[in-house]
Amino acid sequence: MTKRNKIEMTGVYKAFGTKKVLQGVDLNVPVGSSMVIIGGSGTGKSVTLKCVLGLLQADKGSIKVDGMDMIKASTRAREEMMKKFGMLFQGGALFDSLPVWYNVAFGLIHGKDMDKKDARKIATEKLEQVGMGEAIANLYPAELSGGMQKRVALARAIATNPEIIFFDEPTTGLDPIMADVINELIVKCVKDLGATAMTITHDMASARKIADHVAMLHDGKIVWTGPIDDLDNSGNPYVDQFIHGRADGPITDLQSELLKSA
Amino acid sequence: MNTALQIFREKIPFLHDICQAIGHSILNVIQALGAISLFVLQTLRHCATPPIFIKHILRQFIDIGYYSLPVVGMTALFTGMVLALQSYTGFSRFNAESAIASVVALSITRELSPVLAGLMVAGRVGAAIAAEVGTMRVTEQIDALSTLSVNPMKYLVVPRVIAGTIMLPVLVLIGDIIGVYGGYIVSTHVLGFSSGSYLYQTWQVLENIDVVSGLVKAAVFGFFVTLMGCYHGYNSGRGAQGVGMATTNAVVTASILILIFNYILTQVFFS
Repeated sequence: MTKRNKIEMTGVYKAFGTKKVLQGVDLNVPVGSSMVIIGGSGTGKSVTLKCVLGLLQADKGSIKVDGMDMIKASTRAREEMMKKFGMLFQGGALFDSLPVWYNVAFGLIHGKDMDKKDARKIATEKLEQVGMGEAIANLYPAELSGGMQKRVALARAIATNPEIIFFDEPTTGLDPIMADVINELIVKCVKDLGATAMTITHDMASARKIADHVAMLHDGKIVWTGPIDDLDNSGNPYVDQFIHGRADGPITDLQSELLKSA
Repeated sequence: MNTALQIFREKIPFLHDICQAIGHSILNVIQALGAISLFVLQTLRHCATPPIFIKHILRQFIDIGYYSLPVVGMTALFTGMVLALQSYTGFSRFNAESAIASVVALSITRELSPVLAGLMVAGRVGAAIAAEVGTMRVTEQIDALSTLSVNPMKYLVVPRVIAGTIMLPVLVLIGDIIGVYGGYIVSTHVLGFSSGSYLYQTWQVLENIDVVSGLVKAAVFGFFVTLMGCYHGYNSGRGAQGVGMATTNAVVTASILILIFNYILTQVFFS
C-alpha cells in the first residue's frame, strides 16, 4: 500500500536577486519516512528546507504539508502549522541567554502556553532521552561542548513531540564518533515519535544511517530520488560522483568555475 | 532608448559610471526607506496585538533605563556645568549674567537633555541591541524562534521598542534635574551667584511646555533608537562583519533621525 505524502513540493522556485537557487524542485516525503537530501555546498539544500518551514518565501510552485499549501496559506494558518514542526539547526541555534532546560522547554512554554514547572519536567525527560543528565539543565549553552550543544538542540527539536522534524547538517563539525552518536539519536527519536523527517547533509555516513529515502539536489533541481537501498545502484552519474566523492564527473567544482571565469 | 544609452556609455564612459553610481545609491535609499517603513508598521501592529511579553519589557526597562542612568546623568551634569560657565563668559560682555539660570534651564529641558540623552542611549543601547539581535540572526536563533512557534518580532522587537519609548523620557526627566543642578553648582560655587535667586529664576522661567516638549522628544528618540537597533540587527548580514556593520548603521541612523526629528518637533512645539 502506498503511503500518503506528508510533504509535497511541486515546481518550487527561489531566487535571490539574479541568483537562481531553486529551479523547479519536485519532492514528496511519505508519512513517517525519513528523507535525506544530499548535494554539494551551495546547491540549495538549506534554501529548500527553509522554504518548507516558511522561513523563506518560495517565488513559485507549491509546498503542501498535510495537504495545506504553505506558500498560499495565511500567516495564522502557517503559524499553526509550525506547531507540527521541530528543527535541529546546523549550529544548534541555542538561545545563549537562557539555561539549557529553558532552551529545551522554550517551545512548550511560549508555543504551547505550558506551565513552567511542567515544561521543565518534560525538558528533563527529553534531555535524558538524548543522554544528558539533570546536572547540565542549569548550565548555559556556552558552557557546553559542540556535541553536547547538538544533543540539547535535538532535545529541543523533539520537546513538543512534532509530527515533522527537520535536520540541517546534523553532524557537521562533530568528530566521527560523536557524529555517529547523533545519528543514532536521530534515528531513535524519529522512530519513538513516529515522525516524518527531512534531513539535509553531505555526510554520506550520516545519510546511510538516517535515510529511508534519498534525494539528490543539483543545480536547484532534484536529479535523483529513491530508497536508500538503491543509492549505490542509482545509475545516476551525479549521485555516483557525489557518493564516491570523485573530482571528475558531471558535477563541476563551482569555485574552480568561478575562478576560471574571473 | 537602448541605442541612446549605449552611445552615452561608449562616448562618455566616466559620466555614465557616475550617473549609474548615483542611480544605484538613490534606489538603495528608496529600498531602505520602504523596508524601514514596513518594519515600523509591523512593529506597531505587533505592539497592539497579543501576546505581549511583559517580563521581557520589564527586563528591557532595566537594561535600557536603569543601566543608562550613569551615562545620561554624567552627560547632563557636565553639560549643565559647562553651559553655566560658557553663558557667564559670553553674557558678562553685555552685563547679562543674570540670564544664566534661564539659559541653563531652558537649554537643558528643551534641547540638550533630550538630544544628548538620545545620542548617548543610541551609542549604548542602540549598538547593544543591534549586536545582540544581529548575532541571533547570524547564528539562526531568530529562525529557531519561528520554528518554536514564537514570533520573533513580538519576542525581540516589541519589548525593546516599548521599553525604549517609555524609558527615555524617564531618563530625560532625571537628566533635566541633574543638568539644572550642574548649572546651579557652578553658578553658586564658582561664579558666586546667590543660591536662592538662581533657583527662583529657574523656577520663574520654566513652563510646562519646556519640560513636556523635551519628554515628547525623548519618547520619539527612544522609539527610533530601539527601532533602528532592532531593524539593523534583524536584517544583519552574515558573519562578524555583518554584525559590525549592523551595529554601526544602527547608531548612525538613530543619531541622524534624532537630529532631524529634534528640528521637526522643535518647529511643531515652538513655532
